[in-house]
Amino acid sequence: MIGSDIPALIPITFLAFAVLIPLLGLWKRHLSYYWAVLGATIATGFSALGFYNYISGSETIRYFFGGWEPPVGIEFVYDGLSGFIVLVINTIALFVLIHSRLIGKREFPGKVTGYYSVAMLLMLGFNGMVLTGDLFNLYVFLEISSLASYALIGIGEKRAPYAAFRYLIIGTVGGSLYLLGVGFLYTVTGTLNIIDMAAMLPEVIGNSAIITALALMVAGIGIKAALFPLHGWLPDSYSYASSTSSALIAPIGTKVAAYVLLRVVLYLFGVDIIDSAIPITDIIGILAGIGILYGSVMAIAQSDLKRMLAYSSVSQIGYIIMGISLANPFGFIGAVLHVLNHALMKACLFLVSGNLRLKEGHTDITKFDDSYRKKYPWTMVAFTTAALSMVGLPPLAGFFSKWYLALGTIENSNWLLLSVILISSLLNAVYFFRILEKVYLRDPESTDEKTGIISSLTTNEVKPSMLWTTSIIAFGILAVGLLNAFIVSAIVTMFPAGL
Amino acid sequence: MELTFVPLYAVLVSLAAVPFILLSSGKPNLREFWTILAGVVKFLLVLTLIPAALEGRTIELTLFEIAPNLPIELRADPFGVYFAIVASGLWIFTSFYSIGYMRGHKEKKQTRYFASFAICLSSTIGIAFSGNLLTFLIFYEMLTIATYPLVIHSENKEAIRAGRKYLAYTLTAGLLLIAAVGITYSLTGTLSFQPGGIFGDVELSNTMAVSLFLLYLGGVGVKAGIMPIHSWLPSAMAAPTPVSALLHAVAVVKSGVFGIIRVVHYVFGPEVMGNFGLNDILMVIAGVTIIVASLLAFAQDNLKRRLAYSTVGHLSYIVLGAAMVTPLGLTGSIMHISAHATMKITLFFCAGAIMVNLHKKNISDLNGIATVMPWTMGAFVIGSMGLAGLPPINGFVSKWFLGAGVLEGDMMLPLIILIISGLLNVGYFFPIIHRAYFKKGGKELEGHTEASPFMVVPIVITATASVIFGLFPDLFFHFFELASGIAETVFNTL
Repeated sequence: MIGSDIPALIPITFLAFAVLIPLLGLWKRHLSYYWAVLGATIATGFSALGFYNYISGSETIRYFFGGWEPPVGIEFVYDGLSGFIVLVINTIALFVLIHSRLIGKREFPGKVTGYYSVAMLLMLGFNGMVLTGDLFNLYVFLEISSLASYALIGIGEKRAPYAAFRYLIIGTVGGSLYLLGVGFLYTVTGTLNIIDMAAMLPEVIGNSAIITALALMVAGIGIKAALFPLHGWLPDSYSYASSTSSALIAPIGTKVAAYVLLRVVLYLFGVDIIDSAIPITDIIGILAGIGILYGSVMAIAQSDLKRMLAYSSVSQIGYIIMGISLANPFGFIGAVLHVLNHALMKACLFLVSGNLRLKEGHTDITKFDDSYRKKYPWTMVAFTTAALSMVGLPPLAGFFSKWYLALGTIENSNWLLLSVILISSLLNAVYFFRILEKVYLRDPESTDEKTGIISSLTTNEVKPSMLWTTSIIAFGILAVGLLNAFIVSAIVTMFPAGL
Repeated sequence: MELTFVPLYAVLVSLAAVPFILLSSGKPNLREFWTILAGVVKFLLVLTLIPAALEGRTIELTLFEIAPNLPIELRADPFGVYFAIVASGLWIFTSFYSIGYMRGHKEKKQTRYFASFAICLSSTIGIAFSGNLLTFLIFYEMLTIATYPLVIHSENKEAIRAGRKYLAYTLTAGLLLIAAVGITYSLTGTLSFQPGGIFGDVELSNTMAVSLFLLYLGGVGVKAGIMPIHSWLPSAMAAPTPVSALLHAVAVVKSGVFGIIRVVHYVFGPEVMGNFGLNDILMVIAGVTIIVASLLAFAQDNLKRRLAYSTVGHLSYIVLGAAMVTPLGLTGSIMHISAHATMKITLFFCAGAIMVNLHKKNISDLNGIATVMPWTMGAFVIGSMGLAGLPPINGFVSKWFLGAGVLEGDMMLPLIILIISGLLNVGYFFPIIHRAYFKKGGKELEGHTEASPFMVVPIVITATASVIFGLFPDLFFHFFELASGIAETVFNTL
């Protein structure tokens, strides 16, 4: 039956297309885009099917590669949480890839075959990280995704290779720290399988090697997730990369790292024992809080839309990590829901910035004015929806992740983090309304002073492939907001033991 | 007739009009037809709810769960119906008036204006019929956003600055409200409004009670214009006058005081209020606001700004009535919602008519205008005297009950505040009337006549309504019966 093979089929699809695209590219290069979209569609189909099976009551699927049972072999675990995350990231990737056709022609002509092949590798890495049940295997996929993202970021503006190189250096340090941590764990427990190890850890938790391992792993993953103060690589990478790379990596990349953190903290170590060694949840909670505020303040200071969105990502990833650090049911719901919500919002915003960059050739906020609304009315509606959701206005999706996170902080009586959430929403309002005000109210410079009539301005909306993907995601923000009770009731079934 | 879905229809009807308004953007008459149609239908829908409200029945409709165990819930209880009557009834007049004003002023972007107005009204009725705090919060935030395009309508520097200020205040308030609602949920496990409060069985520490109450006050108090968080309101006078009239005298600010009464009597409940001295906090704030706002009103030469400060003061009458935590005080407080609405909307309408007709914004320029605009200024006299609390205008009735509530609670200070404030009201309104009637106007008045009938007719109607409801508070809408019924339910559950 296809259902039980889904954990393997999803990454294999991406792997197959990563190989196929260059080969077929030899034949007809311009078809690469369509192959990539096809690959993403198939993978999204598998993810949707798997998740459908899950909510209609099927058990966790443990897939043993080659029939080797753990702890000897490597297993993929498709449970509710990994199924959910896989569905989210593949759906977003599908939309971004559909959106990318014209951007590809403009921003990396002649490199499309390589680009889409690497994009498939990136998705292979992300899916593998989410699905694998083996700590070392996770490292392998982490490196696959990292190498792919260095390449994707390197294709961009003049300064992109520099940003990619910096990311490579920092990212490699992160990967190595994680691997070191895994090594420590392995020497103590003798296993690399997550489920297996989780059963052994309570007995050895006081061991200083375990504590070191935990610290190393959190630091390593923290770099990948851009947890403050380990976020330094992110703003440059996102702002100088090609629009498609930003839109692909920003909504998904750091989320997957945050997901790994969640697995390590709440599933591998577990709520009950993790804080008995060192107050690790308090530490990452505080760091997340600082990151939220820092990211928002820095976002206000930016004059380029993409760079602003990059800093906003630093802030938003803080929400997810804060939810994890709360280690209570509401925090968990908030974190997982925010993975979805933020993926939608950031994807939408980066797609809008891609649309603008394609049409206007820049994303300089200081040049935005009323003419944008007239030229790109629907793009701007999508932007407004996503922006209001980022500010956290109901009934848009962003409100609800904030709501659950707030409930989580209240449950822990953590008033400090509660105020961080609230203040940051306000800061979000500052940097988004600043743009909305310009787009809707500022008279363009081409306005005729006397008559008030803007010379020769007609609707000049982007092509359907870009407009529809942007709009559907924007609509998704509203839909997810209204339907979040349904989603949350699914998330509730994913609670790790001990919550 | 099955009433279950009426509240939902009442909320949605103006929202449904928005696409039609947007689509008929090129045909002003058709566009305004949709607005008027939606207004009339909405009002009629609300009217069908009155009989049930008079019987004290509550019509509940649970739509769907927007978060686990937290449904979007509409509940037309008597208090909600009361507020809905006021808001939807006055919307019709404001729509007519808007047509006269916007066309008279040749305003740009009228489609956006009428569309936003319709969304505002949906949100306001949504607030009135919210069955729980989460639903309330959602409509409350919707109202904030839908009002923003109206505040910045003229798109000049002043309007944009006012818009920023408005957002800064109201968005912050929304966040405080989220925190307050979240804490309430984690303490009580419920968010639904209950007459008499939902904190009955909960052990509250003193600090928790006070800080939670202050969070709520910050949340709903901004729109209610209590000091020191009132200052967005005078700035928002940069908006077109119909916006000031309906939103900043009726819908938005009344949503704020409506929220305060909901919080005081339906979330905390009279008992908890008294136990932790929360009513004293509220009363001090309201008292200070009343006096200071009245004094500040003196200093304003801009007519709309003077009215704005007067609004700030009168909103706190309502808050003061809620803070008394006595049945009569609450009755007076609720009646002042409708009384202040009809009177203040009249005054704003007058200010707008003067501005469109004579292009005068400042009080010092109003000499002798009663000779050219007799109807408008007559209505102005009625409205302002009513606000000062003179019979037989409805402002007197509500003030009477506020006074009775003070005596019922055996309190001295609020009574003194009410008396002083009445005098101050006379003090800042009388100079306007004096100028209009007894000073000689300049040459520029020659050739001017009364403003457009689109504006004058609503003015006369709202002014007449103020008198009629002063003489017969139970006519048509049974304002008094509703208000006393509400007070009874709240205090009977003790």
